[in-house]
Amino acid sequence: MALNYTKKTLNHFLKPRNIGEIKNADAYAEIGNMVCGDQLNFSLKVEKGIIKDIKFMSFGCASNIATASIMTEKVKGMSLKEASNFDFNIITQELGGLPQQKIHCSVMAVQGLKKVIENYEKKSLKKIKK
Amino acid sequence: MLIYLDNAATTQVDPRVVSVMEKYFLHSFANPSAIHIAGEQIDKELSLAREKTAKILGATNKQLIFTGSASEANNFIIKGVMRANKEKGNHLIVSQIEHPCVLAPAKELTQEGFEISYVPVSKSGLINISELEKMIRPETVLVSIMTANNELGTISDIKKIAKITKKHGVYFHTDAVQAVPYIDIDMEANNIDFLTLSAHKFHGPKGVGLAVISPEIKIKSLISGGEQNNNLRAGTIDTAGIMGFAKALEIAYRDKEKIKEKVINLRNYFLNKVSTEIENVKLNGSLKNRLPSNLNLRFHGVEGEAVLMDLSHAGICVSTGSACSAKNLKSSYVLQALNINPDYLNSNIRFSFSKYNTKKELDIVIQVLKASVARLRAFSPIK
Repeated sequence: MALNYTKKTLNHFLKPRNIGEIKNADAYAEIGNMVCGDQLNFSLKVEKGIIKDIKFMSFGCASNIATASIMTEKVKGMSLKEASNFDFNIITQELGGLPQQKIHCSVMAVQGLKKVIENYEKKSLKKIKK
Repeated sequence: MLIYLDNAATTQVDPRVVSVMEKYFLHSFANPSAIHIAGEQIDKELSLAREKTAKILGATNKQLIFTGSASEANNFIIKGVMRANKEKGNHLIVSQIEHPCVLAPAKELTQEGFEISYVPVSKSGLINISELEKMIRPETVLVSIMTANNELGTISDIKKIAKITKKHGVYFHTDAVQAVPYIDIDMEANNIDFLTLSAHKFHGPKGVGLAVISPEIKIKSLISGGEQNNNLRAGTIDTAGIMGFAKALEIAYRDKEKIKEKVINLRNYFLNKVSTEIENVKLNGSLKNRLPSNLNLRFHGVEGEAVLMDLSHAGICVSTGSACSAKNLKSSYVLQALNINPDYLNSNIRFSFSKYNTKKELDIVIQVLKASVARLRAFSPIK
């Protein structure tokens, strides 16, 4: 089945931005997609409620890598609140479209983002309680 | 420049096949069913080509029904034999790893009251023959087992299976689409009642399949509306396609030793190089009982489609059974039938070789592959 990835998608696949893991990150999250067996791991660094840094690791297809790559690029510098409301459709728009059967990759990337922010907030809450 | 290692999907047409076909497009284009001078001449030429093809397969001219694809041939045989032999029974046996064009018609038949049993395979992808024999019932009509699997290249012991079906008085069909020229096909000597082939898998044209049927067993047609092929498959005879099929098959079996030797050398060279240059690579399916043309390799920790895309970016064509590459997002049912750990189902690449590949090409592929696997592993969370 022809996928016809856009040039931009291929670019983010071949040269993923924000790839790797942040040392001493403020929060981590792992998200797996049972549908196709893909996995994304996120690490997050926050300063004064702003996403200072975000990185990801991927076991996934070209579109899994590309969607996470472009998303991390977009949310860096956003407030946590803004990033929690990040719409997965932005990813598809930014990439110039995704094959229909790959839309779930963008959804998964955003789920991972929300999870890492939640993990950060849970951790902060615990610190306050202490 | 492209490097094409997807020969189990389709192959480059041999130029000698093209030149044979050209004549039937440009000059001898008349309808071979016509009774005028042009039609009759072409009909004679067709007959000669059909005789040659039949001889190679251990069959007779009358048994050959050319179709538009192997999918059509498999549908015709599975549905046609089951529907025409209802007085014999309603039970069909196929393997778990048959091509979808056998599995889908089998499934459709269940809506007409037919029952299907699926023969399991071993961890190395080989048909469990003793299990198959146990599945045969008094109402079993047909057993359909592929000669070689398209994803794994694993080879079934067709002779042994055919002996068993004969012993039990059950009809036997084999989809031999992947087998040419690596496995000899002799229907008569080996008790094969029905056979499927496809020209484009052995350097012939796309759009030409072949169903070889039994002269004694009843079969119902799929396509009606013309008297061609003894009323078993209506449609104007595809002269150029059949002539191309016949030429491709003739070359394949004439040169089979040369082709086998070349392809197996390439395959072994590639496997050795990959195993030494890249860590943590596993072969799916038996190496011993395997087509010379196939390697199905698992690269631990990386996703198959990502490797495919890296290779594709460098002009290298391969395929993957990973879920990500499938429209339905399901990983290969063939790999699942091997009982592979589900975590490993999406890290597999199929390399399939042909007589047109070279060692030099493989050296390039190994370098690109090594770089791709290293790149993807560097950021894989699965270690």
